[in-house]
Parts: sequence; C-alpha cells; structure tokens
Amino acid sequence: MEMLKFGKLAALALTLAVAAGCSSKGADNTGEGAIDPNAGYNANANGSGTDGMLADEAALRAITTFYFAYDSSDLLPEAMRALDVHAKDLKGDGSRVVLQGNTDERGTREYNMALGERRGMAVQRYLVLQGVSPAQLEVVSYGEERPAATGSDEESMAQNRRVNLVK
Amino acid sequence: MTTLIRIALLGLLLLANAVHAADPLVISGGNDRAIPIAVVPFGWQGGTVLPENMAEIIGNDLRNSGTFEPVPAQNMISLPTQASEVIFRDWKALGAQFVMVGSIVPTGGRLQVQFALFNVATEQQVMAGNVSGGVEQLRDMAHFVSDQAFEKLTGIKGAFSTRLLFVTAERFSVDNTRYSLQRADYDGARAVTLLQSREPILSPSFAADGKRIAYVSFEQKRPRIFIQYIDTGRREQITNFEGLNGAPAWSPDGSRLAFVLSKDGNPEIYVMNLASRQLQRVTNHFGIDTEPFWGKDGQTIYFTSDRAGKPQIYKMNIASGAVERVTFIGNYNANPKLSADEKNLVMVHRQEGYAVFRVASQDLTRGTVKILTQTSLDESPTVAPNGTMVIYATRQEGRGVVVLASINGRVKIPLPIAAQGEIREPSWSPFLK
Repeated sequence: MEMLKFGKLAALALTLAVAAGCSSKGADNTGEGAIDPNAGYNANANGSGTDGMLADEAALRAITTFYFAYDSSDLLPEAMRALDVHAKDLKGDGSRVVLQGNTDERGTREYNMALGERRGMAVQRYLVLQGVSPAQLEVVSYGEERPAATGSDEESMAQNRRVNLVK
Repeated sequence: MTTLIRIALLGLLLLANAVHAADPLVISGGNDRAIPIAVVPFGWQGGTVLPENMAEIIGNDLRNSGTFEPVPAQNMISLPTQASEVIFRDWKALGAQFVMVGSIVPTGGRLQVQFALFNVATEQQVMAGNVSGGVEQLRDMAHFVSDQAFEKLTGIKGAFSTRLLFVTAERFSVDNTRYSLQRADYDGARAVTLLQSREPILSPSFAADGKRIAYVSFEQKRPRIFIQYIDTGRREQITNFEGLNGAPAWSPDGSRLAFVLSKDGNPEIYVMNLASRQLQRVTNHFGIDTEPFWGKDGQTIYFTSDRAGKPQIYKMNIASGAVERVTFIGNYNANPKLSADEKNLVMVHRQEGYAVFRVASQDLTRGTVKILTQTSLDESPTVAPNGTMVIYATRQEGRGVVVLASINGRVKIPLPIAAQGEIREPSWSPFLK
C-alpha cells in the first residue's frame, strides 16, 4: 500500500516535470530527486488522507499531455496515472474528448501521421479499458504537423512526441 | 471553420518576381564535367527594360539539369544576338562547346523571340526557332527555349515548363500557424497561393492532366482529402472517414485516387474510382500501410509499410493483391517515387547505424542504392517528369527549404521561393500542354 502511494507520487513528480517542459534528461533528474523515500513518506504521513488524494487528483487532472519515447506508442506509467483520473471524469460526465496524436519531425510526414494515430489509439485503448465509452473518444493524428517545440534537438523532439487530450 | 479558409483566386497573390535577384549557391558533386554552354544575353530593341532576363533563365534551366554549365555573362568576349554575329574563336577561347544567341523584338504589343544554337567545334547551327508572347510570358518563353535546346542536345524531353506545388507554414505559436498551398514554376519563380488555412495542409500532388490537384487539409479539424481545379479554384471533398485520411496519389490516367484510411482500425491503402466514388481496399495488414505511388501500368502500387518492423517499401498488384518487398538496404525507407522510366525508385532513406534521413535512389533491376543528398532531414522527394532532376525538402539553419538536385549529383540549389516561414512538401507537375 505504501509502495503504491509512493509510486504514485514519484510518477506524479515525473509527469509534472515533463509537463512543465523540462528536457527528458531534466525530467529524469527531477524524478530521481523526487524518489527520495523520505519525501514520499512525509507527504503521505502529513496529508490527512482524503485531502492528499484530492490534491493528487487535481494535479493529475491538470495533465492533458502524455509523452512517448522515440518510435514508441507505449504509455508511460505517469501517463496512466493521469489517464485514470480522466477516465473517472469521462465516465462520470459522459463528455466527448479528442485525442490528438503527435510525433517528432524524424521520418516522412505521412508515415508520421500513422505513428501519431498509433499514439492516440494507445491512449484511447487505455481509457476504454478503464470503462470509458469509445463513443466519447475520437483520435485525430497531426503527425509532425503541429510541433510543441520547433527545435531539432532531443529536448524539443521529446516534447513533440505526445498525445493531447482536448475537451 | 470554413471562414478560416480563404481560397485565393488564381493570380490574386503573386508572391514571386522579387526573388531571382540573389544568386543561388551551386554545389558541384559529380565527377566528370558538365558541358560548357554560353547563353548570350538576348538582344532587345524595345525602349523599356524587360522584367526578366531570358538568357539567364535559360542558362539556369540548363544548369539545373546537371548536364550543362553556363558560361558567366561577364566572361563573354562578344555579345552576338544573331547567327551572323557569332565569332566562333571567342567561344573556343572560353571553352564553350555550344553557344546560344537570341533577340527579342516588340511587334504589335507582343514580343517576338528568335533564337539559334551553335556547335562551337563544328561551327554549325544545331537548331533555330522562334516563340512569341506577352511581357508577362517572358519566363514561359525562356523555359520553352530551354526545353527545345535540352531535347535537341540530349535527346531527352525538357521539363523546364513544368510547375511545382509546395506547402508553406508560417508559425506564430504552437496553436497559431498559417499554412498555404502554393504553385510556382518548377524553379520556384512566380509562386501563387492556391489555398490558405490555419490548419495543416499536406501531401499535394498533380493529376496527370496538370489541371487538378489533390491534397490533405485539416480545415475541418480532421484530415480530409480534397481535389481542387487549378484554373477555377473549385474544390471537391473526396473523403470524410473517421481516422486517417491521407497520402492521396493519382492513378496515371487520373480516373482513380489511391489514399490511406484507418477507418477499419489501422492504416490501409484504398483506391477510389473518382467517377463512381466506389472504394476498394487494396492492402490488408495490421501494420502501417501508407504513401501509395502508382506505377505507369495503373495496376502496380508502391507503398510504405512497417509490416516487417521498420518502414520499408513494397509493391503490390491491385488486381491480384500480390505484395512484394522492394527495399532491403537501410533501416528506414519511405515515401517511394518512381523515376519516369520506372528504372529507379527515389525515396527517403536511413542507412543502418545512422540517425539521418536522406533522399536515395534504388536501381530496381540491380537493387543498388545511391544516396543523392548529404543533409540530415531530407524528405518529400519529387522527380521531374523527364527524370533528370529531383526536388526535396530539407532544413537549413533551422528553417524548412526545398532544394533542386540533378539526378547525376552535380547540382544542388535551394529554390529561391519568396515565402514566409517553412517551405515543404514539393510536388512536381507532369509535362503540361
């Protein structure tokens, strides 16, 4: 149980770091810093249980961009944590969202359209497994056409390999 | 959404003309020398200065083919404008193998152009001809003369009177980019906007008739395929399926369009009969199948697929469904384009052990691969209808540009297109009537 909470917090710290636009390296460093066992236990010990959970949830709900490794459409653990909260919300309110898949600039444009869709569908599949109706979810791939960062360096490209959940 | 889209009527936005001033960088990469040819500045009897330099345009055309090297005008000893004025020893001294002279005469509000081409060694006239048109057609007339001379000298039909489609993207922020689809002369001059949008436009291509184009537009916030008539600007939406709608490719006779849909769960190639709108699915694999390109027989489609793990190029017979892998060298081969004689496949290629993407050409008989470009994010190759040149997209100093390269590797020239932002996805027209 403690381990689960600890994992959740570490994942949250990682996700926030990435969402804040840190480099993948920077995110890892921040993440490693956050996986300080004391920090984790303290947060849980100090929080009054439900409040801590709610704060967690609000922070996770704010995450609507999910990042991917190069040439991969595998969801990262931190993305799953945030998606669990989105799944709960979507099941509750029945609203529709668009999952916009994106890639970095490497490779051909039309092939990247297909890769971006693969990423969008990975998110869609995960949400459906959590009980969200497929009718609430539409995947639209933008391939490499809408980069979040314009550079050709690793850092920029890491920011571009993403799915945006758009309400 | 459609209010965001403005279709610029033909000729409404003339972006070019101011462009040709800067001399493009020429990088020579071939072994043996190009043939020196002198295109002497054409004589002009009119009062005002003409807006275009025909001799310079012709010289650039011939250079772009990779076969000829124009003699710089400032080196010329004499400036003949007609056959009787040509002194062959002047041209022998400069090492020119051929010399072209010409003159432009105003007649009844039009321009009459006479030209003649000579072999310096034999002192014989190789060809002579004339062409007429308005002042606004000087570039057309120059490309016409280039086509005539090129075919006479090489036996290969000239492709200098062709056009190029490309997409520009001017980015203001992550959610605010202005995209435009443009058409220019093959050399990037006289660009005209065909479509503007705040949403992505991609994969433009000409039909064989040169009158229709197909492309993907996100103007409905989703990718959809459209056909547009160049002359009237009339548009037809061709697809409206859930998921990917992409990579439109015209059949050689212009009656069918191949494209990619993912409506059945993953990207597959479909062929639509444009008259009946009947749809036929031609690939069937759980991997990615995309980027169709038609063979001349109208039965063969080359395409990119990751069915073996990494993207490679395959070809299929759409009647029998038989699929055959075509590329084996390199760990990424995509965006196949056949040369006009169908002997070579031009594609985006990544070598084993490398991170860079280059344009390469595979000899379809021998299976050998020749790398045509030397930069790192080279993509979207498009081959001239006579097979002598290729234009591709790449990045220079962080900006998207398009580069013209001769197939023999001698010439690589960034096209001087006057556009804001990135220039990408060049697509060459067929021969135009």
